[in-house]
Amino acid sequence: MSKVAELQVNGKTVPVNADGERSLMSVLRDDLGLTGTKFGCGEAQCGACTVLLDGTPTRSCIFPVGQVGQRKIATIEGLEKDGHLHPLQEAFLKMDAMQCAYCTSGMIMSAHALLQKNSDPSESEIIRAMAGNVCRCGVYQRIIAAIREGAKTLQTK
Amino acid sequence: MNPADAQLLKPELEEMGPGLSSRSEVTRRDFFKTLGSGVMVLFLTPAALAQEAGNAGRGGRGSQSPAEISAWLHIGEDGTVTVFTGKTEVGQNIRTSLTQAVAEELRVAVSAIKMVMADTDLVPYDAGTFGSQTTPQMASRLHRVAAAAREVLLDMAADYLKADRASLTVADGKIFKADADRNQAVTFGQLTKGQKFTKTVDNSTVVTPASKWTIAGTSVPKVDGRDFVTGRHKYSSDMKLPGMLFAKRLRPATFGAKVVSVDTTAAEAMEGAKVVHDGDFIGVVAPDSLQAEHAVNAIKVEWSAPTDQPSNANIFDYLRQNVVAGGGRGGRGEGRGGGTAPAGADGKGASAAPVADQTLKQSYTVAYIAHTPLEPRAAVADWKEDKLTVWTGTQRPFGVRGDLAQALGIPNERIRVIVPDTGSGYGGKHTGEAAIEAARFSRAVGRPVKVVWTRQEEFTWAYFRPAGVIDITSGVNKDGSLVSWDVANYQSGNSGLQSPYHFPAGNQKTVFHQTRAPLAIGSYRALASTANHFAREVHMDELARMLKMDPLEFRLKNVVDQRLLAVFEAAAKAFGWGAAKATAGHGFGIAGGTEKNSYIATCAEVLADTASGTVKVLRAVTAFDCGAVVNPNHLKNQIEGAMMMGLGGALFEAIEFKDGMITNPHLADYRVPRFTDLPKMEVVLIDRKDIASAGAGETPIVGIAPAVANAIFDATNIRLRSMPMVPDGLKG
Repeated sequence: MSKVAELQVNGKTVPVNADGERSLMSVLRDDLGLTGTKFGCGEAQCGACTVLLDGTPTRSCIFPVGQVGQRKIATIEGLEKDGHLHPLQEAFLKMDAMQCAYCTSGMIMSAHALLQKNSDPSESEIIRAMAGNVCRCGVYQRIIAAIREGAKTLQTK
Repeated sequence: MNPADAQLLKPELEEMGPGLSSRSEVTRRDFFKTLGSGVMVLFLTPAALAQEAGNAGRGGRGSQSPAEISAWLHIGEDGTVTVFTGKTEVGQNIRTSLTQAVAEELRVAVSAIKMVMADTDLVPYDAGTFGSQTTPQMASRLHRVAAAAREVLLDMAADYLKADRASLTVADGKIFKADADRNQAVTFGQLTKGQKFTKTVDNSTVVTPASKWTIAGTSVPKVDGRDFVTGRHKYSSDMKLPGMLFAKRLRPATFGAKVVSVDTTAAEAMEGAKVVHDGDFIGVVAPDSLQAEHAVNAIKVEWSAPTDQPSNANIFDYLRQNVVAGGGRGGRGEGRGGGTAPAGADGKGASAAPVADQTLKQSYTVAYIAHTPLEPRAAVADWKEDKLTVWTGTQRPFGVRGDLAQALGIPNERIRVIVPDTGSGYGGKHTGEAAIEAARFSRAVGRPVKVVWTRQEEFTWAYFRPAGVIDITSGVNKDGSLVSWDVANYQSGNSGLQSPYHFPAGNQKTVFHQTRAPLAIGSYRALASTANHFAREVHMDELARMLKMDPLEFRLKNVVDQRLLAVFEAAAKAFGWGAAKATAGHGFGIAGGTEKNSYIATCAEVLADTASGTVKVLRAVTAFDCGAVVNPNHLKNQIEGAMMMGLGGALFEAIEFKDGMITNPHLADYRVPRFTDLPKMEVVLIDRKDIASAGAGETPIVGIAPAVANAIFDATNIRLRSMPMVPDGLKG
């Protein structure tokens, strides 16, 4: 398969030299050092590897890097701006919406995608949008509260 | 021998042991050389003190004998407080709670404390992070170490400030004279500058009582939370070293399979791939993980597999029929709540059948389940001639160091195991399989190597929460008083097997039967207590129904332990036990118990539809008493999470297997709780400041399954006695 020479990551054009058959997750993590995107299952079942491609939440563990093209990739590392956390990151801290936190990057990225489409989601809309993300520590109730809190902050901005 | 037999209930034995035998090389070195000048306080374990008293050759107190230290704290010349402990952070938030213990006694901000955890070259020996021991044992020791350090600093400050010691106060890393202006303070750093002061403490050191806590006992946020919401924290699976390669091990076709023939020609021909073949250890190292995967798939191998391996379809018969000789443990009259006397040696107690108005005999089962930590087993190993360094997620860093030493034939001193805060464990990461694999690969290729297990490997080659069968025969009088209790557990374990309810003297009999184990089994959050609470609390519900008594009233009639009584009453009150149910199909259930010095009662409301077979848990309320609460918000988080995790085992989680293979080794086939399964959850904390804090990461999981089972019966009259209860929906 053809090689991939560059990717659009977190607002920057980044040079890479990767076999297009490799997963986007592997290239982000192993080549670019963006390890905030996690390997959870490799089967698109847990959501720990969620990144946004042009705003759409995508399971980077099964997405071949050769199919990314010019699409804009957003990872957890791009949310913090000038030392200021994104309101969703703040909300996850405020609600203590994590334990081992291995799922947290994927949760925040999925929630980020949701809020870009729906600035004031109901609880059932949050549950539907987040159903593909697993938190094995079972912190779901707090994650829902954090997403609502993040939505509230974003609306007042 | 079945390979799983070798570790029959090893976790139970391991976790019940004293865990105090410590052998740490680290204490042989000069602490101050590593850490710089300052004040050092070391904790000596009670076992070490006993050894010391009985062995003059070991040297006196303060001579830094290696075997005795379980934690230490250092205050540097810049005032930095660094704490060293062998405990591991796997999401239970002990990095925060242990920091609170130190901050409390030293009267410094939480942010001023650095907690060095689970690095075998830097921290004192620790048996491992399990059994809910971190809070009762390690936090208690750190309270003592920090309190002693504060007293040392007060002594030094009295000299420094030429003041009466009693007039000094400690706050924010400084010591003040009471009546002087605030400028007349001395910082910890000023006091420790140029010092090489060492003090040892033990359990006799006086600490701040919980009723006077100002930092412990409060909802301090996760200390390094920002590193997690930004993705900055490096788990083991995120580690990268210069020149690092990726490895994949060739897995046997089935459990117990042996290599007959192997052909690695195709794999070796692949660009960048290097085959490692060392006996039954076969694998490939490559520059990226996909190349490694392709190359390992290109290895042609023929296996010989054992036949007639058991399957989940006949597992419960298998367990009853495969009791290991001499495996039975337990006996009559050990009832905790009942205050009963042990049975006489003549065995009369065991033969006399107590007379009750009614008896009930039932069996309960639990399936094998997988911990499914979201971070699978992973390790990065760096083999150098003089030193092997391994980063891996394990709950037993020193145990894994020993396993590495054995597997690689090198001494402990040449191995450093570092455990970064880990992507969960739940008792599932006592072992170091990935660490050993990475080390063998690294030794073979002379480069750092990373091994990350796939989800399928994690589901297949890790170990499981044991399946089990629990038989209960009980006797009860018409007035609702329990008369007798006879329980036998096959394979799943002893924890929580004792009933906390009251029985006449000698009328409670418990037996645990070890069995052959078709799958590798090991520890799991709360061990067998989940299974034994499920059996007992469902049986209690059955007795209550038989007697036409309210299930709560029946329990309260038989409870003598006031802490258990209190959680039942608190949970029932918060839940609205006895309130009218919304509509047909709704049911209420209650269950409770005690484990590891904590008390729990859980109420659940379900909506069950026998026509469609759906069961939805709508509400769950848990009241919990673990003594003095260390961090209310984190404790609530643990309890909510435990209820949520417990729902999986209660309703749908089960490992399926036949012919020596796991047949559902994927998250698509092994269902774990998701957002869609979330009930409304409420937690009631009973904060007993007069009782020492117990660990609380495990016990909150034991109440949810029986509460849900009893609620399903309340809603439908269908009695479910097997976990998971509705893997394929409710059958009418």
